[in-house]
This record gives sequence, structure tokens and C-alpha cells, in this order.
Amino acid sequence: MRSVTDLPRERARELLAAMLRIRRFEEKCIELYSAGKIRGFLHLYIGQEAIAVGVMRALRARDAIVATYREHGHALARGLSMEALLAEMFGKLEGCCHGRGGSMHVFDARTRFYGGNAIVGGGLPLAVGLALASTLAGQNDVTACFFGEGAVAEGEFHESLNLAALWRLPVLFLCENNLYAMGTALARSESQVELNVKAASYNIPAAKVDGMDVLAVEAAAVQAVAAIRAGSGPQFLELSTYRFRAHSMFDAELYRDKAEVERWKQHGPIVTFSAGLRAAGLLDDAELAIIEETVEREIAAAVAFAEAGTLEPVSDLARDVYTREAAAP
Amino acid sequence: MSTAASSRRISYREAMRMALREALQRNPRAFLMGEDVGRYGGCYAVSKGLLQEFGEERVRDTPLSESAFVGAAIGAALGGFRPIVEVMTVNFSLLCLDQIVNTAATLRHMSGGQFSVPVVIRMATGAGRQLAAQHSHSLENWYAHVPGLRVVAPATLDDARWMLGAALADPDPVLIFEHVLLYNVEGELDASITGVDIDRAAVRRVGSDVTLITYGGSLGKTLAAAAELAARGIAAEVIDLRTLRPLDIGTVLASVRKTHRAVIVDEGWRSGSLAAEVAARIAEDAFFDLDAPLARVCSAEVPVPYAKHLEEAVLPQVPEIVAAARRAVGR
Repeated sequence: MRSVTDLPRERARELLAAMLRIRRFEEKCIELYSAGKIRGFLHLYIGQEAIAVGVMRALRARDAIVATYREHGHALARGLSMEALLAEMFGKLEGCCHGRGGSMHVFDARTRFYGGNAIVGGGLPLAVGLALASTLAGQNDVTACFFGEGAVAEGEFHESLNLAALWRLPVLFLCENNLYAMGTALARSESQVELNVKAASYNIPAAKVDGMDVLAVEAAAVQAVAAIRAGSGPQFLELSTYRFRAHSMFDAELYRDKAEVERWKQHGPIVTFSAGLRAAGLLDDAELAIIEETVEREIAAAVAFAEAGTLEPVSDLARDVYTREAAAP
Repeated sequence: MSTAASSRRISYREAMRMALREALQRNPRAFLMGEDVGRYGGCYAVSKGLLQEFGEERVRDTPLSESAFVGAAIGAALGGFRPIVEVMTVNFSLLCLDQIVNTAATLRHMSGGQFSVPVVIRMATGAGRQLAAQHSHSLENWYAHVPGLRVVAPATLDDARWMLGAALADPDPVLIFEHVLLYNVEGELDASITGVDIDRAAVRRVGSDVTLITYGGSLGKTLAAAAELAARGIAAEVIDLRTLRPLDIGTVLASVRKTHRAVIVDEGWRSGSLAAEVAARIAEDAFFDLDAPLARVCSAEVPVPYAKHLEEAVLPQVPEIVAAARRAVGR
């Protein structure tokens, strides 16, 4: 495992900046939600940023991503424009999906970002198919499939892992175990709480990784992706993490202790990584301030972009239900 | 001009197989997958022999995981391929309803036009083989309810032969419903047909007294009813809807404006049926052209039972269609 002290200064700051960018963006989203600019369900990634940031660094532009409804972090880490993402959440035409998807359904063809899927487990079969396509095309692309531990209880999880393993497809399954499926604790819904064991039972190489440690995530993802490109078939990472905020904006958090949340926050991905960098002499207040300012400027520009956005004309409502209009009789 | 080949009698099953073979031959990005489509030859033997001809990569047996393999087909379509998926029966397709309704149907619209899903999903539907209540239902209307899907029901040999090609050429998800009683129906292909659309309804018999509207497995019964009606001096026009979504209601309305009477024959249950939709459209758009109340002949509202006499009692039958048409024309 790499330690912070081995890190080149530039990369250390890139990783920190990438995580802070997601954190600050979502903190702004909370404000914008309270102000009524963002509506619908809003699921925040705060606390889990190390996973998206670490994994995306292991991928190439041609690889495909399938994520969940808690996907702002994945979208940003993958390189979607923050402006298009926020405009989407504002329901504006300039959003990545013209305001049709909102927070939970973010798509971007340019970065091969196939959602945003608000059906728990629904993205797994899709990832298997994307991987099948790249195999059939003779390409060496990986499909990275993110999902929460709640998806493990769904039949689609088991069907998809089996099929990917059976056909040796290049899928990187990334289970972000934040311990709660909405309000249901893992131990209250699973007979086997070691989720990597379930994956291993399908003959998929599986590892458990500290999802709060961006370097550990990156290293594990690099290794898994290399194995997949070398023809191993699917790989599975269980990433231990914790969601610091409520499940969505409509969650009184009756199911967990405040003390538990506070304990996890002490081990948050940003606080621990930046402390490590400081201790190693790779970060000081001035450098952190520069990162924060850069992020703040980008967010301000995204807010301005989204505010200035327009609404898709209602006359275009039925556009893209079908690619082809039926011929007239 | 008639050759031994062109006049050879073939079955609906063989016509479907010809379509599959042609798709696999012509389109290197097309492949077939589903439960038992390869070694077994297909639950209804439609894909028999294709594994030997095209190999395991293009004729893929899947585990009994409807949601995973239908979802994987959707993913492969997103990835640039043209998967043809066989689901054994519409009853089993309920296990992959999530992927069809929540993913395939929504993706293009919800992504702001970024992603199309050119997947073709074939499945058997309908009753008549004494398979009882978990293999016999006609649920195609559930799919016809959903914007983003195209739903087609080949009722003739020529449609069995050519609709798949049209479905495969379509950039959006297309569901093909094959009635189980049609697979053994034999006849000759029309040598002059080299392709069909999946947009328009077809007038299968011309008449002026009453319009009988149907699709899929009920077309044969409806044509038989029209023949009986003709013997009684009633000229029934028979419309085969062919595409259940989007509906070609224009062809239906044109016929009703001519005959002023309509009977809809649908193997689905009456409540919330496709027949209900067609009736509502006629009532909305051709009410003042009607000279008689709209009528429907549908399946009895019970789970389809096993015993032959009970199964027959559930399904639309020729005498009921004849009776409904006679009531409409008043003789």
C-alpha cells in the first residue's frame, strides 16, 4: 500500500482537489435545495468522495461507467462538466439531459457515463451488457459499475455477477458499502455481511478496501483494472465507507446514532488525507486556500450557468421518446 | 413463376427462423441470446440449428436470469451491438420488467436524446396449449402501455418472416410477440414481399358492413368468423393491427368510417385491454360515424385454466365473434 509520503506533490494536490470539488459542490447543492432551485430527490455523496475519485483515476476515457442515483461525485470525477450537471439539477435545457433526468439520472455520452440509475441494482445488468459489447468488439475496455450495498439484496446483483463471471466479462463491480440501505442497517438485511464473500462465491476475485482512503482505493482499482484488461474477467471491490449526510433531503436519520456519524466523520476521506499531506509536508494553509478558491470559482460559475439556463420548450416534450417517428398510415 | 423453393410450404416457426438466420448473416453486430436458444434449439424450436451455423458467440445460451440477460442486451445495444433476445414466454418477462420498462423504454428520453437502445426482444404469448395460468397469458398490452417501446405482433407468415428485420433496423427497443398457436401454422410466403414496415395496420379482408379489429393469434379466428359472416351475407372487413404501439389508429378509423360498426377481438382480459384502448380511440375520433355500439370479444377474466374445455371457454372463439358482429349489424 502506498503511503502519503510516497506521493508526488502534484498528484497529492490533484486527489485532494478532486475530493474537495465534489464536497463543496454538494454543500452548495444543499443550499440550492433549501432555496428551491433543486427539487426532487437529492442524494449526497458526502463522505464517500474517495471512492469515485480513486476509481476514476484507474480508468481510461474509453471505459464505461454505470452509477447510481447518488452519482454527482462519480459524474464530476469522471469529467462531466459541473455546469451541465448543475443545470441538469436545476431542470434546465442546458443540463446534460436537458433537465429530463435531474439529480438521479445523469447521463453523458462524451464521457461514456451511462447513468444515474434510480432503480437499486438496475445498473448491474446494463454494465454486464456494456462489457459484453466491448468484448464482442474486440476492445479492451472496462465497464466500472458502482452500486451501494443495498443492491446486494436484489436479484439483479446475483444474476449479473453470475453472468459476468460465466462469460468472463470486463466489469469492475464496485460495491460502496456505507452500511445503510436508506435506513436499513446491513446486518438487518443480510445474512452474510461480508459482501466480498458473496462475490467470491461467483468465482469473482474480490477484495475489501478502505473506501475512506483515496490512495487505497486508487491502488486497488488500478490493480483490478489491470487484471481485467489482462483477461481475468470481472473483479469485485467492496469499499467500506459511510455517508455523512442523510439518505436524501427527506430523512430524519432516526435509524442511526449521532455519535456513530461523528466517529465516522473523524475518519472522513478529506480530513484524513489532508492531515496526512500536512504531516508529510505536502500541503500547507496557502496551498489549501488555493485549492478552495479554485473550487469555489468553478462552483460559482456553475451556479451562474445553471441560473442563466433556459427551460426546454414544452413543445419538445415528446422529442426523443422514439428516435424514429412512425410512418403515417 | 413458381419454383420448388418458392412454393414450398413452411411454418410460422420456420419463417421466424429464416428471419433470424438472415439477421445473423447480414448484420455482424446482431446476435441472439436467451434461455435454451442454442443447444436446446429454443423453447419453441424457433432457433433450432442456428447455434451450429453461427457458433456460441452469436447464439448465446443464458442462465435463467431474465433480468440480467435482458439488461445485458440493453447494455450491449448501448455499446453498439444489435442483440435479439428471446424470452420464453411473456409470463417470464415479468422477471425483467424492470429492465424493459425502467431502462430500455426511458433511456433515450431521459438522457436528452444521447442514448438509443436498439434491442429486439422476442417472446411467446397467448393460450391454447393447455399450459395453464403461468404460461398462457396475453400481457402484450402491458408493454403497449409504455412510451419508448415499439410493440409488434406478427400474425401472418410474411410478417413472421419480415418483421424481425424491420425491428432490427429500428433504433429503439422493439418487442415482438409471437402467439404460441401460430408456430405450427403452415402456408406459403408471398414471393413478392421482401420486407415489411412495423408502423402500419393491415386490412386482411375487405368488407363494408362491419370492421373486425384484431392482432396476433386472434387473426385466424377473426378471419374464420368473417368467412362465416360472408356466408350469412355480412361483409366484414378485418384489420390486423400488427403494431400495438404506436397504434396505427388511422387505418382503423378509415375502416370504421366506411362500415360504421366495429368489433374488437383481443385475447387479453377485457379490463384495461388493448381492445379498450382501440375502442376508446374510435369513440373519441369516430363516434358520429358509428351506427352501433362498439363491441369487444376478449378473454374471460380468470387466470387461464389447464383443462381443455375450460381453456376454450376462456378464449375468444369464432362463434362469439360472429355473434358480436351480427349484433352490431343487426342481422
